[in-house]
Amino acid sequence: MKTNKKTTMEAPISNPFDFLTEEVIFTILDYLENDPFAKKSFSLTCKAFYSIESQHRKTLKPLRAELLSRTLHRYPHIEHLDLTLCPRIEDSMLNVVSLSCKDVLCSINLSRSRFFTNIGLASLVSSCFNLVEIDLSNGVELSDLAAAAISEAKNLEKLRLARCKLITDMGIGCIAVGCRKLKFVCLKWCVKVSDLGVELLALKCEGIRSLDLSCLQITEKCLPSILQLQHLEDLVLEGCLGIDDDGLSTLQQSCKSLKTLNMSNCPDVSHVGLSSLINGAENLRELTLAYGPAVTADLAKCLRNFSWLRSVKLDGCLVECSGIRAIGSWPNSLKELSFSKCSGVTDDSLSFLVQAHKELRKLDITCCRKITYDSVESITSSCTSLTSLRMESCSLVPKEAFVLFGQRCQLLEELDVTDTKIDDEGLKSISRCSNLSSLKVGICLNITNDGLKHIGSGCSKLKELDLYRSLGITDVGIAAVTVGCPKLEIINIAYNDKVTDASLKSLSRCSRLKVLEIRGCPHVSSKGLSAIAIGCRKLMVLDIKKCFNINDSAMLPLAQFSQNLKQINLSYCSVTDVGLLALASINRLQNMTMLHLRGLTPNGLAAALLACRGITKVKLHASFKPLLPKSLLHYIEARGCVLHWRDKAFQVEMDPKGWKLHFGQSPEAP
Amino acid sequence: MSSENPSFTNFNLQQQEQKWEDTSILDFGIRIEPPFQEFNQASESEYLLPSNRNNQTKVLDQEDGQNNETLQTGKIQDWDPSAMLNNLSFLERKIHHLQDLVHLIVGRKGQALGGQDQLVTQQQQLITADLTSIIVQLISTAGSLLPSVKHTLSTGNPNGQFGQLGGLLFPPVAGMNCSPQPQHGSESKVVPSQHPTGNKVSDQSHQMDVMGNCGTEQNHSIEEHEMKEEEDADEGENLPPGSYDILQLEKEEILAPHTHFCTICGKGFKRDANLRMHMRGHGDEYKTAAALAKPNKESSSEPVIIKRYSCPFTGCKRNKDHKKFQPLKTILCVKNHYKRTHCDKSYICSRCNTKKFSVIADLKTHEKHCGKDKWLCSCGTTFSRKDKLFGHIALFQGHTPAIPLEESKGPAVSSDKVDGNEAANKVRNINFSLGSSASTGSVAQNAMEVKEDADDPASFFSPLSFDTCNFGGFHEFPRPPFDDSESSFSFLLSESCNYGQKTGGESTSTDLQ
Repeated sequence: MKTNKKTTMEAPISNPFDFLTEEVIFTILDYLENDPFAKKSFSLTCKAFYSIESQHRKTLKPLRAELLSRTLHRYPHIEHLDLTLCPRIEDSMLNVVSLSCKDVLCSINLSRSRFFTNIGLASLVSSCFNLVEIDLSNGVELSDLAAAAISEAKNLEKLRLARCKLITDMGIGCIAVGCRKLKFVCLKWCVKVSDLGVELLALKCEGIRSLDLSCLQITEKCLPSILQLQHLEDLVLEGCLGIDDDGLSTLQQSCKSLKTLNMSNCPDVSHVGLSSLINGAENLRELTLAYGPAVTADLAKCLRNFSWLRSVKLDGCLVECSGIRAIGSWPNSLKELSFSKCSGVTDDSLSFLVQAHKELRKLDITCCRKITYDSVESITSSCTSLTSLRMESCSLVPKEAFVLFGQRCQLLEELDVTDTKIDDEGLKSISRCSNLSSLKVGICLNITNDGLKHIGSGCSKLKELDLYRSLGITDVGIAAVTVGCPKLEIINIAYNDKVTDASLKSLSRCSRLKVLEIRGCPHVSSKGLSAIAIGCRKLMVLDIKKCFNINDSAMLPLAQFSQNLKQINLSYCSVTDVGLLALASINRLQNMTMLHLRGLTPNGLAAALLACRGITKVKLHASFKPLLPKSLLHYIEARGCVLHWRDKAFQVEMDPKGWKLHFGQSPEAP
Repeated sequence: MSSENPSFTNFNLQQQEQKWEDTSILDFGIRIEPPFQEFNQASESEYLLPSNRNNQTKVLDQEDGQNNETLQTGKIQDWDPSAMLNNLSFLERKIHHLQDLVHLIVGRKGQALGGQDQLVTQQQQLITADLTSIIVQLISTAGSLLPSVKHTLSTGNPNGQFGQLGGLLFPPVAGMNCSPQPQHGSESKVVPSQHPTGNKVSDQSHQMDVMGNCGTEQNHSIEEHEMKEEEDADEGENLPPGSYDILQLEKEEILAPHTHFCTICGKGFKRDANLRMHMRGHGDEYKTAAALAKPNKESSSEPVIIKRYSCPFTGCKRNKDHKKFQPLKTILCVKNHYKRTHCDKSYICSRCNTKKFSVIADLKTHEKHCGKDKWLCSCGTTFSRKDKLFGHIALFQGHTPAIPLEESKGPAVSSDKVDGNEAANKVRNINFSLGSSASTGSVAQNAMEVKEDADDPASFFSPLSFDTCNFGGFHEFPRPPFDDSESSFSFLLSESCNYGQKTGGESTSTDLQ
């Protein structure tokens, strides 16, 4: 192992690190931030390194809450404490944190933890008075008292309370009065907070820069005070159904500092309300109006004069051609534009639009099913500096069109052509985009190994490859990709009956692989997965659902080597109690789905659940529920694990043919 | 009653005058006893039910009209152009109504010449009434511009006319729920009603009956209400000294439980009307229309002599010898004033055991709200409404909302009661009055409850009699859309879920009650 290597190299010579000052070593350690194992190896080298590392560490993401006191004793300079891996945090543990970290602690993340109350928070806040950032998202059990406890954190600048559904205006009022330095506040889904609370927050915390009010029951009544915030840059009003045109039209104020605005899912707001809301917001850069007003000429007209506007997202809006054309006549070029799921986008209007916005960097035309070759022709000819293009399900675009990308848009970094007619010629051309890091060619039945070979030879920076249901691909193609793209981190080869263990063996070369989805590949077996486990130590997410040939013998190497594994889907595999118990020894495992595991017995399941200490979410078949002792389930849940009981029928066939028929496509076998 | 239909349509027009009409009846009511209601039950229902139908359709208009009034009276000090605009549009509507009416009459004249003289005169009177109301509206609108002119005009001149109209126009009102209007009337200082002299009696006995009936309905509410309002109400009544008669009752007289006594059996009554009702039991001679009618109505043709009252307590500002004497308007005002200011507070709130009152109605009012001040500030101040608390916190540095320690369901429930969206409340009440239109007969019984919080504009329109109905009706309203279950996350997807302030207001005000 790495640790051993270092010691053998350094031990014989008199330690050169003795001559270095602590600061220099700290600087060296700063460079190791990206490698999770590096610092661990370093600290295990010798006592001196151990103490240096513990002095140096500023951020901590502990895995075991019960060891918190020892860990914090070891690391006295922790500024950022991330407790997202500890599902159960009790008040006593927060007390430990407050006693150990004292004024050093700047930020704490409790967004995935439960079981603490206002008492723990009060003790935390009282001794860690330098706290600048607190994340209490998902605190569905936190009450106004917790909010009152938070209000004692006088230096607080960032506060997230997303989904704190019990906190009312009273709690928000306390926070508003107590935490006057707040700059970043997220109140998403705090459904009990109304205009009064938000208004008071805006009145008292004048330094707010970012405010997320998504899904609140607010109306226009709180908006005047929000718009009067001098520094407000980022405002999210997504899904605020109480805000409508009539209310917005009464607004007199304007917010000059506003830079980004998100008004998605506000169905009652049209261009009239919008224009009165952003009236005077001359610095507006980003605007998101997904699932909102109809994109008409009027809407385009009211946005026309925002000269700083760079990004507009109109996903899912009703689009009129005149509206798109009017956007095309804006004086300034946009950098980012999204028409995802806007079925009204046509060739004519889109062509006109892209001709005006030549500096476009990102374009999303997912599910714009009317567009054809002409659009692609004008996109590629006008927007040559495009870096991201998403055109999933643009099914009328012929295969000849995809050749244009490689010829004209060679700066592409992200390309999503899922469910299109792209073929090998297209891939060959796209392989000229040497910066390509994400390529999604799922459900592209026209591509074969030849195309992938081109990608492998040209796109060495590829990090993400999606080959979901691309049935023309075999082991050869995947091997070519793994050779050419060693930086691959995410790959999806689900539902491909031609992929075998050979693919997995070649994939095991990609040591950075984090996400592997081989769901429904009947020909992969434990052998292949073992190779992955040994080769890809950073593997975090694994989906082997319906890989019937994978059994316990793959779980053992997985348990041994894939210590980073966080999430696994084992449904329909041949894994038994033994394999599951082996998996349970993986410290970081948080999320398991195991439906229809034929070899699984209630006892084995119980043992695995008990052994897997860090688990937070398990999906099980409902038939197990009566078979497990209630006390055990209570215990597991008390540890912070959520058990989801599913009652899905057993599917014998994965049924790829039926699926294809459903989509009205026929496979073109090579 | 031969021509019901035309008159009903006319009534709709008249109802906008309600404010004036109702107030004119206040004094009549005092002498009428509840049994009277049974007496005229038949004619009342016959009369009211159809007219109610029409009323309902017009309720909105009527509310508008009142709204204008509120606006107008509220903003007299600082002239508000929007209120003015409202007034003007109200006037415009009125004039249109009148035009329509006249058209109607012209058309009918062509058809049936000579017939139905009575109807014609009635219609003429209606037109006069409408015209008067337009004039008054004009005057008061102008008055808002010229504050000095306002008082003399509005309190002096139109009084006589209104009194007259009141007698004539009253019948349709009975079907309506008229109680909010007097409240309104005493709020605005344009109260012509306190002078019973101006009223002309109508000959039709059933009309009178209805009048009386309504009077009893109102009395409960008015009595209580006036106690709240009186002192403020005549604060600004700038009657020049000498322009009215000053009456001073003795202490014993004021504190006497009964002021009207039966000459036959000696039984005492609080109200003259009740005595008259009682008298019916003593023989048929007391059952005639004349005996049941209000005694001093004959003087209606004579010039109005304004009566004001003085408090017998020397040194009191309400005593006529005081340098800055401010007279009391009615006997009721005298009674309440005397009890409140110069008597022991013998009624103690059973809930908090601290608040004391000398007028029992005050105690009842207090008890209704006692303990409901849930909104607490860190400084110790309590508020009955959340928005008031937040206004307070916004105003003062360092004050924070205080969260009760046992925050179980109490605050959680009430936290939903958003600051009353007045408009929504209005709408709600109106809607409701439509629903409960059939309950004309029992209206009187329910009319006991009055909303005291007169500062809340919504309460002008809160139909008193519907309070009880609200309980039943509004629990069936759609649940608050944001319930706390996990399923509430789906609300984003469902387009139909528009929760808005409005539904919020509705669902919450049920909590309030």
